[in-house]
Amino acid sequence: MKLWRTPLDIDRLKIPHGELHIIKDRCKGCGFCVEYCPREVLELSDEFNIKGYHPPYVKDEEGCADCRLCEAICPEFAIFVTTKEEVESVES
Amino acid sequence: MNKERLKPEHPMEALLRMDRMPHIWCPTCGIGTAVSCFITALEKIDYPLDKVVVVSGIGCTGRVAGYVKLDSFHTTHGRPIPFATGLKLGNPELKVVVFSGDGDIVAIGGNHFIHAARRNIDITVICVNNFNYAMTGGQVAPTTPLTALATTSPYGCFETPFSIPYLADSCGAVYVARWTALHIRRLTKSMVEALNKPGFSVVEVICPCSTLYARRNKLGTGLDLMKFYHESSVIKHGADTRELDIEFQKPMVVGKFVDRERPTFLESWNAQMKKALGEKFQPYGGSNEHD
Repeated sequence: MKLWRTPLDIDRLKIPHGELHIIKDRCKGCGFCVEYCPREVLELSDEFNIKGYHPPYVKDEEGCADCRLCEAICPEFAIFVTTKEEVESVES
Repeated sequence: MNKERLKPEHPMEALLRMDRMPHIWCPTCGIGTAVSCFITALEKIDYPLDKVVVVSGIGCTGRVAGYVKLDSFHTTHGRPIPFATGLKLGNPELKVVVFSGDGDIVAIGGNHFIHAARRNIDITVICVNNFNYAMTGGQVAPTTPLTALATTSPYGCFETPFSIPYLADSCGAVYVARWTALHIRRLTKSMVEALNKPGFSVVEVICPCSTLYARRNKLGTGLDLMKFYHESSVIKHGADTRELDIEFQKPMVVGKFVDRERPTFLESWNAQMKKALGEKFQPYGGSNEHD
């Protein structure tokens, strides 16, 4: 993980992990989540959904830091995040 | 299909009428994002949701009332504010939100807007501004910037547009903010503040219109337009509302501009009646004792 500066409490910090749930058939392929994911976890897929749009798929499952920006930004209410239990430390 | 149903549900589904989905908004339209910010804001305010009412007029944004699972009213064109005024005065316990577009609130409903702001009626107005009449085919709205192309201005718009924060401020609104649809956290925070503020509060949401405004003006997709609005906007809290004009494809100022105290309509009515009638007057609103 890239850091601008080393935090003073780095030994205590834990990065949360999220699990992405994409409701493919609700997606209209606008690409907001792909464009604005701060950790570039998502990418538009080549497959078609029921409406003929390309829904996103999870490119980097481990990368999601549970920030829930995609959930807030999705105009179709088609993507959401649930928190995963296990956490990793920043140093790893 | 059954497998899909076993998966956890989207957290916003509890406040959406899922039987009416998919909604009518085009891909890359920002109204859906504004609605999800509004739902997050509703979860953050400490208010029973069965006492929150959403009123919408006509237009793309006017569909919001049909999609949120609250007491909601879809009214005639331009009349959500008088309708909301009636709701608020009929039952002062309700928290009334007007969620509508620029064509609805400042064009045909402009007169209602200025008088509701003047009287300081305790409602929250969320005005989604996409710079044209999107549902009817992209005609010039009172917010279309100068020189922008629209269906009814094929050689460029020549009418000076309204600046919604300036209009609201000069008419006496107590809370005025403007954000683009992409300022998600700030917009949500503003909505929470506006909902908690007693008096006439206005939140303007700048929204890209992909199918009409972006296409006619050759500005790419709604995503490009959204990115442009977000990157070119300058956050300036407490800016002078006279300097908030939006020029075509130029940087715009966003932020929280006005946050002041004024007695609301019911408060001034109670105060005046108390003064005129003395002890025999029973104050109305603000408590459950009147019924």
